[in-house]
Amino acid sequence: MSFALASLPPVRRRYRRRRVLTEIGAAILGLVLLIWSLVPVYQMFLIALDPEEGEIEFTGNMWPHGASLDGFHDVVTQEARYLEDFWRQFGNSLEIGLLTMLLTVLITSLASFAIGRMRLGSGRLLANAALLTYALPASFLVIPFYKIMYGYGLSDNPWAVVAAQVTFASPFAILILQHYGRLLPLEIDDSARIDGASALQVYLRIYLPLMAPALTIVAIYALLLAWNDYLYQFVLLTSDRHLTVSGTQSDLFADIDAPWNAMMAAAILYALPPVALFCALYRYVARGLVLGEVKG
Amino acid sequence: MTSIGEVLAAAPRASLKGPRRPPGYRHLRGSDFTWTVAFILPYAAVFLAFAVYPIGYALWMARDPALYAALVADPRYLTSLVNTLLFVAFGVNVKMFLALVLSGFFLRRGWWIKAILFVYMLPWVLASVQAFIAFHWMLIGDPGLVDGVLSALTGIEGPVWFNHRWLAIACNIIAYIWKWMPFWTLIFLAGRTAIPRVFYDAAEIDGATGPRRFIHVTVPMLANLYLLCTLLSVIWTLGDFNTVYFVSAGGPSSASDVLTTLGFHYTFETANPALGVAAMMSALPVLVPVVILLLRKLDSGEVQL
Repeated sequence: MSFALASLPPVRRRYRRRRVLTEIGAAILGLVLLIWSLVPVYQMFLIALDPEEGEIEFTGNMWPHGASLDGFHDVVTQEARYLEDFWRQFGNSLEIGLLTMLLTVLITSLASFAIGRMRLGSGRLLANAALLTYALPASFLVIPFYKIMYGYGLSDNPWAVVAAQVTFASPFAILILQHYGRLLPLEIDDSARIDGASALQVYLRIYLPLMAPALTIVAIYALLLAWNDYLYQFVLLTSDRHLTVSGTQSDLFADIDAPWNAMMAAAILYALPPVALFCALYRYVARGLVLGEVKG
Repeated sequence: MTSIGEVLAAAPRASLKGPRRPPGYRHLRGSDFTWTVAFILPYAAVFLAFAVYPIGYALWMARDPALYAALVADPRYLTSLVNTLLFVAFGVNVKMFLALVLSGFFLRRGWWIKAILFVYMLPWVLASVQAFIAFHWMLIGDPGLVDGVLSALTGIEGPVWFNHRWLAIACNIIAYIWKWMPFWTLIFLAGRTAIPRVFYDAAEIDGATGPRRFIHVTVPMLANLYLLCTLLSVIWTLGDFNTVYFVSAGGPSSASDVLTTLGFHYTFETANPALGVAAMMSALPVLVPVVILLLRKLDSGEVQL
């Protein structure tokens, strides 16, 4: 091996050494990124696998001593305090998340189709107006939203939360859809129209299938927005019947001896739906990236 | 009589307007018009009912100048103003810069890069409230995981993180970066894949490799996207509530609060919603220029996301 290296011309050898160094550097960076991403996740499991409920026991542990699945068991059977209604809350979260996702995809894809594909003269203006939603960040609007929802007769109603999430997901969704829409030549629509397709048919048969990667990103984005939200669910939903997993989290900090292991087990279960969706749609996201490459 | 300045000012604008209009532009007629209106209507309704109205309502709620006098008189307000500034300045810029650099790392080929990308995206997919509670427990406690590892590895006894204002703010910023960096990395990754290969090949022929290729090809090609994302991120970071509320919980004794959490306290603990809204509205002088800049950048058509 050393003989082979020595017989290479010096430039090649230097090039090769540099490549090896880059590879080592990339491997170290990859390791750092893995640790960086996973430490809080590890902390979640550390608490969830703690055998005893209560606040103090898990701190100071670097390894899950005497790991047990009691926490998860208490969640599934709804035996832990604060978690008596976990599955109903989980269902409520799921309902809000899925409705937000579906409505965002539907409403913004319709609007983007009209703005980008129907040759609407003032289309740009409309897309820009949508961005004015961000003139005030969502959290700044939660109190006015509460009062307005009361006026609409939607207080303590999941639809109020869905309305808020759809509103704040839409501008960014339209931005993304407009960008990807520009990658598809308008001639595709024209030839379909010449063949006698109506605007609705073009939307259903051509626009939606071709936009699948962008729509996937929009769908994940909208679901995550609803899933990450605490403020709106906490403020807008008050009755036990409508409470969500996210909206009940802050109760715990008031309790000195909250069942943290069960709570973290619940957190891990709560994290699963978006992770599952992300896994299922990962290849579409990857395809969306490739679509960007085609443009270049 | 038009001055030369006016002509010069008008000329580029006219030339920009021309090609922007899609080819074959025509007025909508008949059923097409009906369809277009029907397609736009749902979003227009949502926009008016749930965006325009609440924004107007918020401005109306915070209209009384006496509210702002009360804010300035509260020392907590000034503290949280400084905290917000730090949170946005570091939270946005450090995150964006690292995301830009890391997007280059994820362009490398190999199955293990794809695997790391998948794990790296996890913080974005995890629900923020629960992840931030995990951060809280990582740092607090007797000792928390971070201090535990620190003393095991180096023998140093770690600080009580949330007992110092600056440390608490730093923890919030790091948690925020952890949560949102993957999302922006994904956006920059898409932006980078859209850069034509020819540019890199040409740069390579000219002898630019590694960092120089990054500075002379990637940075100019992504400059507009970077600016656009930074503007969007400023808006979203200003409005972030979960990080501070769950990681440091505003501690020590609301010394690390930001405007959103302070407004929340005013509303729900001192039962003064108008003051809460006013506290958040006081960020408007920063927000309005950012939104105007964002709209102009987008309208010029030179940036695409």
